[in-house]
Amino acid sequence: MKHLKKLIPFKALKKLVPYYQKFIQQPSEKYLFKPLRKAGSILTHNKVIMKRQTDVVFFSKFTYTITHKRREHMIGIAFIFIWIIGYLIFTLYPVFYSLYLSFFKVQLDGQNLNLAFEGFNNYKAIFLNDPYFVEILMQYGVEMLINVSITIVFALVIAMLINQDIKGKGAWRTVFFLPVIITSGPVIAILISQGATTLPSIEDYDIIDQILSNVGGFIADPLQALFNQILLVFWFAGIQILILLAGLQKIDKAIYEAASIDGAGPWESFWKITLPSLMPLITVTVVYTVVSMSVFSLNEVIIYIQNVMLGESTDAITTGYGYSSALSWVYFIVMSIIILLFVGIINIRRRSRT
Amino acid sequence: MTPFKKQRAFFKFMKEKLKNKEYNQVKSRIKSLMFGSKMTNGLLFKLLIYTLLISLGYVYLYPVLYMVTNSFMSMSDIINVAVRWIPTNLNWENYRIVWQDLNYPQALLDALILAGVPAISATISSAFIGYGFARYDLPFKKTLMTLMIMAFIIPPQITMLPTFRMYANYELLGSIRAFVYPAILGQGLNGPIYILLFYSFFKTIPKSLEESAQLDGAGPLKIFTRVAIPLAVPSIIIVFLFSFVWYYNETYLAGLFLRGSDMMTLPLRVEQYINEFTAIYPEGSRARELMQAVSLAGNILSLLPLLVLYFFTQKHFVESIDRTGITGE
Repeated sequence: MKHLKKLIPFKALKKLVPYYQKFIQQPSEKYLFKPLRKAGSILTHNKVIMKRQTDVVFFSKFTYTITHKRREHMIGIAFIFIWIIGYLIFTLYPVFYSLYLSFFKVQLDGQNLNLAFEGFNNYKAIFLNDPYFVEILMQYGVEMLINVSITIVFALVIAMLINQDIKGKGAWRTVFFLPVIITSGPVIAILISQGATTLPSIEDYDIIDQILSNVGGFIADPLQALFNQILLVFWFAGIQILILLAGLQKIDKAIYEAASIDGAGPWESFWKITLPSLMPLITVTVVYTVVSMSVFSLNEVIIYIQNVMLGESTDAITTGYGYSSALSWVYFIVMSIIILLFVGIINIRRRSRT
Repeated sequence: MTPFKKQRAFFKFMKEKLKNKEYNQVKSRIKSLMFGSKMTNGLLFKLLIYTLLISLGYVYLYPVLYMVTNSFMSMSDIINVAVRWIPTNLNWENYRIVWQDLNYPQALLDALILAGVPAISATISSAFIGYGFARYDLPFKKTLMTLMIMAFIIPPQITMLPTFRMYANYELLGSIRAFVYPAILGQGLNGPIYILLFYSFFKTIPKSLEESAQLDGAGPLKIFTRVAIPLAVPSIIIVFLFSFVWYYNETYLAGLFLRGSDMMTLPLRVEQYINEFTAIYPEGSRARELMQAVSLAGNILSLLPLLVLYFFTQKHFVESIDRTGITGE
């Protein structure tokens, strides 16, 4: 306490009090609170708006009764008001603006945008004029289907392993969650460029080449990409492992006991008990995985869109911001289709089980 | 056969039988030890699990181990093919180079501010918003929540140019405000996740607590700050940690909004530094070889604060999923 008194110059602070009163308290009273109060009283004591017990009356004609429910609504809206404002400014406005721009040929002219209406030409050009995008998008689609399934299966295996009766559960969870903390664009880029994302032991044998030479290019390319970055695919599983683990721990042990009395083996009880009860969580993890993989800054589609956006804007239709926003809208639609596809597959399974 | 011999044969028979019994007992015990009985798992099973876990853990940590060991390698170690994992001596030179060239303490301070302030704002605002969604009966609540989740799925490229131009108009570019303002308004990095986290937490608080506070004459704001917030401390810690980590690792938006300013996140600064380093030395020169180790050292230095943070707070991170309520309670 003594040290604290020494540390804080109370005497000097006391001298500041009159200044506070003079320059902050008095002016704010005079210029802020008084006018506010006056405005409030003007608002509520004239014929425009009046307060009559629980009613608010506009123009002395329209009454608006403040019921308990309406009051609740208002307080709730007050709590989320900042979110609504933020959503309008930082999400909805840019989204619609980019949708609007995707119908134009946009050229940056210093600070101004030169717009020339194109109609659906930007969208047509994606499929007719652009030599790369559709191919990249197809590759992305196949890659996503493979990678997401692998991530989910891997996460499920790890979660089930950790859920066993083993020593050091916390330590294992810590290990498998570590990538979530350290994953960022530059780190991954460095690891990829130095070849640390592939397992040396996989490369030493030419099993993969054997497999790849037997399937067509359409599947082989994503597979090649997968094996080159197999560790990255695993690294995306951090949060998923924890989600599934939490789900596994919620399953009642008595169900397994009952099943084993009825003669079910571990294999059967996995398919009939564990998987069905995890299904909602698997849906969540699938959505999360697809989104986090698609939005990741080293995703090829993302890189392509960015290059188009920031590249030289020429007269060709496949350049400029208008075109790139059309690209990102198509990308968004493909992404949503993939998510819906996964969710659909999972839910069909679920329905047929029950 | 004499009776004596008969006796001996009988004894021999008995002995063998006993031995057999003993042998069988041991055999069944070993069997139960190895393959497990109904109550316990067998040794073999355990061995299998641990082998799987250790090998998967190795696969998982391989890049990290690679980074740490290779960052200590000196020039001769990198060129030497025989040295693959363990460097011949702990070579701090790489770290020294990066530390000096980056002006590490200053860069770290910048990065911590750049991650910390938006993280705090995001935590505060999402607590408010999550509480509003969880506790009050709003009109169009479902629509609003759907809109919120939609915002999570939209790729950032869609909103990039309009946001960029908007920030340019309001002169937010090149300063920390470009991150703080959206965070205050609940639109920060991964904002929907934090809001959902608070939402599901506040849903679990019994309503009677707040009703009793209301009977004591507390208004909504007072209930929020005096009743709900103290209960939500674990969630607050989790949200803060997550948003801190995500803001710290953020490179895409930071590269866009902070281009050319003094403030910059540490991963970006390291990336920039490495690019400059690569540009100086020509392809195939010896310094270029050393570059590998230097860039790894740089990355480890940029990850170090997070690793320290994770080391001290891993419990919160790991338990966070239980608290999100994703698992359905």
